[in-house]
Amino acid sequence: MKSNPWTAARIWTLIGYAAASAALFAAPLYLSDFRLNLLAKFLAFAIVALGLDLIWGYTGILSLGHGVFFGLGGYAMAMYLKLEASGGRMPDFMEWSGLTALPAFWKPFESLGFAFAAGILIPGLLALFLGYVTFRNRIRGVYFTILTQALVIIATTLLIGQQAYTGGTNGVTGYSKIAGYSISNPDTKQMLYWITAAFLIVAFIVCRFLVASRFGKVLRAIRDGENRVRFIGYNPALYQMTAFAISGALAGLAGMLFILHVGIISPSMLGIVPSIEMVLWVAIGGRGTMIGAVLGAVLMNWGKSEISAQYPDAWLFVMGALFVVVVVFLPNGVAGLFSRLTSIKRRVTGHDQEAVRNPAV
Amino acid sequence: MIKKPSAILQCEDITVSFDGFKAIQGMGLTLERGELRFLIGPNGAGKTTMLDVICGKTKPSSGKVVYNGVEGAGQIEITRKKEHQIAELGIGRKFQAPSIFPTLTVFENLEIAMRQNRSVWSTLFARMSAPDRERVDAQLSLIGLQEKSSWRAGGLSHGEKQWLEIGIMLMQEPGLLLLDEPVAGMTDKETDKTGELLREIAKSRTVVVVEHDMEFVRNFASKVTVMHEGRLLKEGTMDEVQSDDRVAEVYLGKRRDADVSRSTA
Repeated sequence: MKSNPWTAARIWTLIGYAAASAALFAAPLYLSDFRLNLLAKFLAFAIVALGLDLIWGYTGILSLGHGVFFGLGGYAMAMYLKLEASGGRMPDFMEWSGLTALPAFWKPFESLGFAFAAGILIPGLLALFLGYVTFRNRIRGVYFTILTQALVIIATTLLIGQQAYTGGTNGVTGYSKIAGYSISNPDTKQMLYWITAAFLIVAFIVCRFLVASRFGKVLRAIRDGENRVRFIGYNPALYQMTAFAISGALAGLAGMLFILHVGIISPSMLGIVPSIEMVLWVAIGGRGTMIGAVLGAVLMNWGKSEISAQYPDAWLFVMGALFVVVVVFLPNGVAGLFSRLTSIKRRVTGHDQEAVRNPAV
Repeated sequence: MIKKPSAILQCEDITVSFDGFKAIQGMGLTLERGELRFLIGPNGAGKTTMLDVICGKTKPSSGKVVYNGVEGAGQIEITRKKEHQIAELGIGRKFQAPSIFPTLTVFENLEIAMRQNRSVWSTLFARMSAPDRERVDAQLSLIGLQEKSSWRAGGLSHGEKQWLEIGIMLMQEPGLLLLDEPVAGMTDKETDKTGELLREIAKSRTVVVVEHDMEFVRNFASKVTVMHEGRLLKEGTMDEVQSDDRVAEVYLGKRRDADVSRSTA
């Protein structure tokens, strides 16, 4: 960490990231439309995983409520798409529910710019508010986690109950155009894929910047010992709130991108099970490393779609088994496996960095 | 607001009760600027609780704590301030069990502890300047951990963790240091090294040390405060304290039925 930042390891890492980014952007060349669509969905999930890793892996706060932030982003974009598809008329489900005029809070969503901003800011601000009332009062650990579960229940209940305004259980679906382009057109889909990949890369870089900064070191210090952080003069609540808000905003962004590829958002997509699944991606990919979170989200979802295609009922068992294996044998997930392999190599080559990574050995 | 303007810290009539049990009862403590003070007493005397009160971890049910260590700020009452605010004013605390950040490197431990603007925004864009690096390096050599600066702190030995924690405290450039049993669990060699470190630190700061190890305390010619059952029992030099009958009683258990509280009044 001293002197020259251009060490060989660092150069190789950068080359690896550059190659991965190139492979992502070239994906339309070697994937069918169907698979490209799946990959686009997984990349959106990877953005949620980044945010979850920031709050859980780095700050040590487990949220089982990220489905809500994801869903808020999804609904914001869905409202825009629905209004665009309805072409100036009221969305169909509102007519069925007997509404006579478009509700005032739907109005601004006629603008894509507004919807996009809202899809990031609303979940971000909700997370900030939730963080403010909990972290400031030193609510943490399981208590915080249970609160996030309660948030999920409140959100799904509200969405289902307010059918006239939210589409109820069916959610919001039936989109046709985005910014004037047909959403089912293969060219548009390809462009949306590229946009998603670009957002993932930007989100990844931002998260890497965050965790490498002194801010990120304070986050890890809070994970290690929140009280000690207090006694060196930091107010941990401010840091936790900031990390949680960024995490929520990333989930919102992911939700927006997600529905562009899926064409529907409904309360079941932000329920308790999806919220827990999101955490599993990070656990299995490796928390505390950004690349682990991305890998976890993409590989788990890829596995899910492959296995479910062959054996529709097997996925839950596979996921459960994977989780057990990771918890028992790979506490740092798949990414931890890689760094363990390289540290074995270092041991063999007698490189003294080994002592740095594993000084207790 | 309080009589001695020269004192850096004055605790007046502090009482702390935990569910009705009075851990500290009407304790007073005044520290002169630059003083090295030992706080001794048998188990349960309230020594650690006293440090907790000063650094804000425990709020007293009555009494007040006044700090005068910030230049130009005069006397500041800190009794009701939050922990991080008290730390910002320059009161550093070292806990009995070494509490460092195990997954950060030794260098990073010192980096985040460094006296700096602690807002979220400024830590986001903070860069390690050359003077900053010198400060951290100087600290590393003072605590003898230069060679291990890129180690994860969790891999250090017990003694090294204690020194790192002292380093973490010093990086905040505090005016007042509170050390809770800094040599507990150390080997003789480590204890000697910690003693030297302490002498070095005390040259330019006010330090309070809670200690059980009498041998260790005897090495320093400084004032000793003896606490017993939440009260002040005796204050003076080590010789005065050792020749005091009441102190001998509480330490050696003679006349256990004696009414200590009356004799301290």
